[in-house]
Amino acid sequence: MVEAKALVKRFGDFEAVRGVDVHVRRGEAFGFLGPNGAGKSSTMRMIAAVSPRSDGELKVLGMDPDRDGPRIRARLGVVPQQDNLDSELTVRQNLQVYGRYFGLSRAHVRRKAAELMGFAQLGERAEDEVEPLSGGMKRRLTIARSLVNDPELLLLDEPTTGLDPQARHLLWDRLFRLKSEGVTLIVTTHYMDEAEQLCDRLVVMDGGRIAAEGSPSELIARFSTREVLELRFPPGEQDAVVAVAGGLAQRMEVLPDRLLLYTDSGESALERAYARGVRPLSSLVRRSTLEDVFLRLTGRSLVE
Amino acid sequence: MTAPAPGRVLGSWRAAWLRVEGHWIWYRRYWTSTLYSTGLQPLLFLVAMGIGFGSQVEPGAATGGLSYLHYVAPALLVASAVQNAVGESSFPVLSGFKWQKDYVAVTATPVTAGQLLGGQLIWVGLRLSLAGAVYVLIAFAFGAWQGAGALLVLPVAVATGLACAAPMMAIAATTYDEGARFVSLFRFVVMPMTLFAGTFFPVTQIPGALRWLAWVSPLWHGNELARGVALGGLEPLPAMGHAAYLAAVFAAGGLAARHYFYRRLVI
Repeated sequence: MVEAKALVKRFGDFEAVRGVDVHVRRGEAFGFLGPNGAGKSSTMRMIAAVSPRSDGELKVLGMDPDRDGPRIRARLGVVPQQDNLDSELTVRQNLQVYGRYFGLSRAHVRRKAAELMGFAQLGERAEDEVEPLSGGMKRRLTIARSLVNDPELLLLDEPTTGLDPQARHLLWDRLFRLKSEGVTLIVTTHYMDEAEQLCDRLVVMDGGRIAAEGSPSELIARFSTREVLELRFPPGEQDAVVAVAGGLAQRMEVLPDRLLLYTDSGESALERAYARGVRPLSSLVRRSTLEDVFLRLTGRSLVE
Repeated sequence: MTAPAPGRVLGSWRAAWLRVEGHWIWYRRYWTSTLYSTGLQPLLFLVAMGIGFGSQVEPGAATGGLSYLHYVAPALLVASAVQNAVGESSFPVLSGFKWQKDYVAVTATPVTAGQLLGGQLIWVGLRLSLAGAVYVLIAFAFGAWQGAGALLVLPVAVATGLACAAPMMAIAATTYDEGARFVSLFRFVVMPMTLFAGTFFPVTQIPGALRWLAWVSPLWHGNELARGVALGGLEPLPAMGHAAYLAAVFAAGGLAARHYFYRRLVI
């Protein structure tokens, strides 16, 4: 679906994407994970055929975006980072008007709009203007709109940023359904749980480059330990413990508010810590997540 | 379930027209308020200036012996078309890029930035035609027209409006702040142009050294054409000159707008 080799995007002197290789297969959910400014959105815009590449090779649906932009866009669905709905039109009109831009007949967009409002649970608001809808409803409408042309490839740029937990779960459910129907998904996110939930395969981007690639479980196995012990201390006391705690685990990350100890057994690490006189305010043993992979690869916390 | 239908690429005119169709759906919801501001405003001017103020004006050489109502009616339509065109091409266009971002949404489809611009210009032309038609009819009821030539005032007004809309869209596409420059432009360019470019009195009344300001304004050329077709006495050569000037401003503005639309949307 997408084939990128040594893909580069420059804005003046600034290199936002610095040689990225990606290969997205039909039917998979592929993620770009990274902090703000990692080059995710720039990469997505190049794939969406709205931003010409500065260097490298790129094929989307087998075509070159520089030459076949409109033909590629005809078969894509795009969910931008910020909703850009027509706020003075109704929910139904937003879907119908947008569908027309894809060369679809009036009768078809009428049927399609009704179907998509069901899919996005917006049927009751069909004749309401978009402006007063909640953030979650607008997001669902934006996603519904991106499906109006039955896209083979759906690009979602931070689909759930700013939504409450219920709205996020509803969106994830809808995205799973699409995937099971065979739609290829490309998602950017800076939420770990989202990446773990949605993505079959992902790349971690940092500073315009790919830092690692694999499935969530592969990445965790490769870059982290089985368990993590989190220790919290009263303000100001953490620094004193760092020297003592270092030897307790395979690896340690020092965050502003807590210590993360990477080990195969969190409980035994905690016992050893107590044995050495470490007295944390609170402790937590948990499984490794992508967040830990991210810390390891980029040396900093992801959700800033 | 609806049978899947993938998108396809349309011809440029068709794509631009779809943008017009989208606007039309919006217009059907809001036409009363917009038609009030764009159609009724010039009529207030017609009543105040043409009938009220005009009752105090003696027909003379400057008006070609005609009543002031006849003299001012065609130019009022052109002037209001220019004002509407500039208004429609400033904040609403900036919003497409910046606030509502619907231009970003449209150019994510097979529709290109150039086709989007084309659709915007056609749409402005249609809006001007609708509002202008209302004015032409009501002005007729006031007896402001001399003959059938009045029917040609409308296309002249729309053309003059479009000649101003195109460069204005170029300016909007290069505006990144909140659009304070639109207000200045309206105050210091559009307003003086309305007052001094031959709408209410002949530009020969302007001191010679300043007259060029009226001559470079699209409105003056539009006013000359509109009066010419409404009141008669339009010579072919000056007529072609005025039309060519408007066409040139439209073309230059349109090319600049196209350049800046692409620069802003395809980055």
